[in-house]
Amino acid sequence: MKALFTTKMKTQGKAGAKQVLVSFGATVFALALGMLLIYAIGFDPFSAVVAMVDGAFGSKNAFGETLVKMTPLIFTGMSYALASRCGLTNLGMEGQLYMGALAGTATGVYVSGLPAALHLPLTILAGFLGGALWGLIAGALKVRFGASEIITTVMLNTIAISFIDYMVNGPMIEPPGINCQTQPVQSTAQLPNLISGTRAHWGFVIAIVFVVLFWLFLWRSKRGYEVRVAGLNLSAARYSGIHTDKNILLVMFLAGGLAGLAGCNEILGIQIRMIPEISPGYGFDGIAVSLIGNNTPFGIVIGALLFGAFRAGGNRMQIRAKVPNAIVSVVQALVIFAVVASQMLLDKWNEHQMKKMNRQESEVA
Amino acid sequence: MGVILEMENICKQFPGVLANDCICFSVNEGEVHALLGENGAGKSTLMNILCGLYKPTSGEIRLEGETVRFNSARDAMERGIGMVHQHFMLIPTMTVTENCLIGDKEGSSVKLDRKEAGRRLRELAERYGMEIDPDAVVGTLSVGEMQRVEIVKALFRGAKILILDEPTAVLTPQEARALFKMIRALTDHQFTVIFISHKLDEVKEISDRVTVLRQGTVVGTHDIDDCSIEDLARLMVGRDIYFDAVTRQQPIGDTLLDVNNLSLHREKSNDGKLLDDLTFEVHEGEILGIAGVDGNGQAELVECLTGIRKASSGEALYRGKNLLDLSTREIMSHDVSHIPQDRQKTGLVMPMTLVENFALQDYYKKSFGKSVFLDWSGVEERSTKLIQDFSIKTPSPYELAQNLSGGNQQKVVVAREISRQPQLLIAMHPTRGLDVGAVEYIHNQLIDQRDKGVGVVLVSTEMEEIMRLSDRIIVLYEGRAMGCVRPSETTVEEMGLMMGGRTLDDIRKGRVNGTPAEEKMM
Repeated sequence: MKALFTTKMKTQGKAGAKQVLVSFGATVFALALGMLLIYAIGFDPFSAVVAMVDGAFGSKNAFGETLVKMTPLIFTGMSYALASRCGLTNLGMEGQLYMGALAGTATGVYVSGLPAALHLPLTILAGFLGGALWGLIAGALKVRFGASEIITTVMLNTIAISFIDYMVNGPMIEPPGINCQTQPVQSTAQLPNLISGTRAHWGFVIAIVFVVLFWLFLWRSKRGYEVRVAGLNLSAARYSGIHTDKNILLVMFLAGGLAGLAGCNEILGIQIRMIPEISPGYGFDGIAVSLIGNNTPFGIVIGALLFGAFRAGGNRMQIRAKVPNAIVSVVQALVIFAVVASQMLLDKWNEHQMKKMNRQESEVA
Repeated sequence: MGVILEMENICKQFPGVLANDCICFSVNEGEVHALLGENGAGKSTLMNILCGLYKPTSGEIRLEGETVRFNSARDAMERGIGMVHQHFMLIPTMTVTENCLIGDKEGSSVKLDRKEAGRRLRELAERYGMEIDPDAVVGTLSVGEMQRVEIVKALFRGAKILILDEPTAVLTPQEARALFKMIRALTDHQFTVIFISHKLDEVKEISDRVTVLRQGTVVGTHDIDDCSIEDLARLMVGRDIYFDAVTRQQPIGDTLLDVNNLSLHREKSNDGKLLDDLTFEVHEGEILGIAGVDGNGQAELVECLTGIRKASSGEALYRGKNLLDLSTREIMSHDVSHIPQDRQKTGLVMPMTLVENFALQDYYKKSFGKSVFLDWSGVEERSTKLIQDFSIKTPSPYELAQNLSGGNQQKVVVAREISRQPQLLIAMHPTRGLDVGAVEYIHNQLIDQRDKGVGVVLVSTEMEEIMRLSDRIIVLYEGRAMGCVRPSETTVEEMGLMMGGRTLDDIRKGRVNGTPAEEKMM
């Protein structure tokens, strides 16, 4: 039994380590390419990198800022990854994030008289449900009408964002109605500060808790096993009698909820109130985070850290090294390309190795 | 009628399979030349080489005496070779004319001349007695009409040699009749038709000459008038089947599965039936073989019995329950195991580990974890035991299924299904693509199950397999049962006839009455 456990560790550990190493190498390669690019457009790449790293990790405040940017990315990354594990493409994280933020704000503003110990969890739950129900719409459309979730989620994004515009400018506008924003959420619903002197808040801890739940669900629970089987091989799922429609609904609900938490936490920890355009594209960056993380819990955290650092350090780089912030987007794109390509190459290489091994084996036999 | 096409010493090597082994094949102008053979005999490969989709590993193609080399289907088309595939290559939202214009060599100008093309189409259709409306949208046509469009499309592009790949497989008998008329009209106009089929009656009826393929080689080319249907059956199935009759340990038991009048309609109900009124029984401790050429309803039968597909009518009683009313999960939880026809597409989740694959059928049961969580260490123990018991070659139980060889992959499926201790085991093509050792191993496992009193339904297209293992054999042809025989009481020839669409009654009656065809053969 013990021996088995070690062999398991060996084979899984080896493959995992190789994967991490290759991804890391690809990231370094992409960053080097980015530096070359900065040099090519006439800036000093080294001072740019120094400014960036300084802006992301150079001080307590800088690190706090990286955590702040990381938090929603962990959630949206998980949202995309969860759907992806079930063979679905959720492009609706942005809309689900907005609906989660709206539900959270509403609960935070209008429910009163509760102690923080009740009000805060309730508000977070509302944020989860807001996104979850929005995600469920796409799931239901797929199950009932066979509508592609790729299309419906994108359409639902636009609807959600416009709806929030309306709510913030109309029914939920802060009296007397000068600024298009809602009232601040009550102090009992706000997320406490995590590191004093920074903006980092407890939303980060919640995110990490959900990463663990994400892992438990997909790799330890029976339902998560079903989801992964259906995502990898629909025909095998049907053969085993897995109810695939039910899983689509569940996964779109949960994925929407995760994205909803990204928005809700952002409100309760940073913005305190709902404004239009609370997300600078956290929803879409979730796709990149999940891709870089190869849909694994650990990988998502690392991906979110990288992209969070880009966001936090990008401003500093612009101010200090005068490199336009747009270059950050370019470098981000390079990282995505490099990591995804490296994973594909790794798969190809593994396949090749295996074929070679099998051939040798059959020759021996 | 000179020789128009010669294929000489064509070999085609696929990884691990020699699909065509030095095939020589020649066709005369204006004839209907049938290409007859079982699944995997190499018919389709040979024709795909001829129409430019595959390149031969070696060998030569000569058209009207001139050596040609095709790099694409377009090259072949330019030399007048057109193929009508079994699965139509049409765009359903476009009209007949538009479909014919796709990839047309004369359509090089910017403007599509639909009117002119429509006129030409109508003319072609008229000349060869086909009813086609050039302006009809393809998606609204029936299957038979779509096939006509495919033929006209090939003619429109200048085909002189027409390859029809199992053209009647999708047609109703009436449509098939119309197709034959069309083929006759074409050959009257000096077109040449190569007709791929495994249906003996058809081949006998429509072709002038026939070339029989078996396991990648040519068995022979004959004038059809020199062959009886029985001759064709023997040529097709061929090889003397030596089966060391597997000795029985115990008598056959009670009825386990009782299938009555099972039917399955096509999606469009007027397109005929996929399964037509099947009635049979499976007993405890018996292997019931389901034979037939691939695509004659075997997959549908298995899907209906395992709840993957809903049957249109009939019943399948098993332990007092009608399987046709139950979901897959319910069926499988009543001691039914299923070895699916495709281990890679269905039986296994290739990018998952063996441990995860071993959990596929029973993960939801209490024995695999009492709570909502799976007891992975329990599954691992189970997996290690199965890997040992079934001597599956793998470096670890945590190896991905895709990294195992085909034989070991199949062993994983078989191990999982047998370890569930089924009462009814449905196995489809359990040894397809495996080497001799693995085949032997899996056969022994099936026999073992039978001796334990399990009812086994064995679906296979391999004659030896069916003849060797089965206690009784049902032959399916176009969803109908042609007959039920015991291996010891039948002949290869009789099996071949049933696989080609003759009912057992007809065959045996024919023998008594001594029809002319039979006399010639005897």
